[in-house]
Amino acid sequence: MSTTVPGFEVLAANPGFVAPGPSDFVFKDLFGGHQVLLTKISLLFVLAAVLAFVFLRVTSRRAAVVPSRGQYLGEQAYTFVRNGIAQDSIGGRDYRRFVPLLVSLFFFILINNLFSLVPVLQFAPFSRVGFAYALAGLVWVIYNAAGIARHGVGGYFKLQAVPSGVPAIMLVLLVPLEFLSNILVRPVTLSLRLFANMFAGHLLLLLFASGGEYMLLHATGNIVLKPAGILAFALGIGVGLLEFIVAILQAYVFTLLTAQYLGGALADSH
Amino acid sequence: MTGSLNMVGYGLAAIGPGIGIGLVFAAYINGTARQPEMQSRLQTIAILGFALAEALAIIGIALAFAIK
Repeated sequence: MSTTVPGFEVLAANPGFVAPGPSDFVFKDLFGGHQVLLTKISLLFVLAAVLAFVFLRVTSRRAAVVPSRGQYLGEQAYTFVRNGIAQDSIGGRDYRRFVPLLVSLFFFILINNLFSLVPVLQFAPFSRVGFAYALAGLVWVIYNAAGIARHGVGGYFKLQAVPSGVPAIMLVLLVPLEFLSNILVRPVTLSLRLFANMFAGHLLLLLFASGGEYMLLHATGNIVLKPAGILAFALGIGVGLLEFIVAILQAYVFTLLTAQYLGGALADSH
Repeated sequence: MTGSLNMVGYGLAAIGPGIGIGLVFAAYINGTARQPEMQSRLQTIAILGFALAEALAIIGIALAFAIK
């Protein structure tokens, strides 16, 4: 729905500014064509996997009793995911099987998200929703398969969809709701959360950078515009720092929710 | 100026999750101030609550772009 707001003479006098939008997230295929297979984004995606592997490999190779600085960093991060996420959420002895999955997920997403702040690269692959769908789909398959392997098909759906201690008449209402929320909505929110955070962050950075550049160099008609451009750049740096926090937080949240879902799927019926 | 009213709507829709996230972290800060040794356990719960409240804002932004 489009609308026209009167009274924005400065904007009317400067029709050249094009606000960034979803079209800024579309990249050309490196061999021509329409972003089918090999774009900058898919290259970054692969690069993130390679970097995550190299980081963990280098910091764990030649492990010594007195750790070097690199080994210490790697072990700290590994311990954080293992104890802070996996053990707390899955619990028992089950969590050990899933530590490799969770550690790889955490580092993979973290490196992918940090790409949005690296000059030249400057794009987080997860701000394209397809990549987030794929990752959430993988998690969805794993936690459902783990639950079915533990409880059997009937037992698993009973665990996920039938809350205990509820009057029978309420079950008519609750079973579809629980099924919807535990089986169908989870992968959607999991992927959209990651996607929307990276998407909004990139859009915000684009807006401050391109708007600041436009106000500083091209806009005419009002003396206030140039200082406003400088202010926009300063705010853009602030948004960049915020993005740094969001990148780490979203990697943490995705891994934490994966662990929670796994814990829920493996739990004994309550 | 032309634009999409969807974004105004999304701005209004973001108020709810904003308040929700504020409440989550207010409770987290309160709990940590009263019992600092519980901080690490509360942190996980707080971030989980934050992520669930945030899901509403995310559904909002997805629909703001999806609905023309």
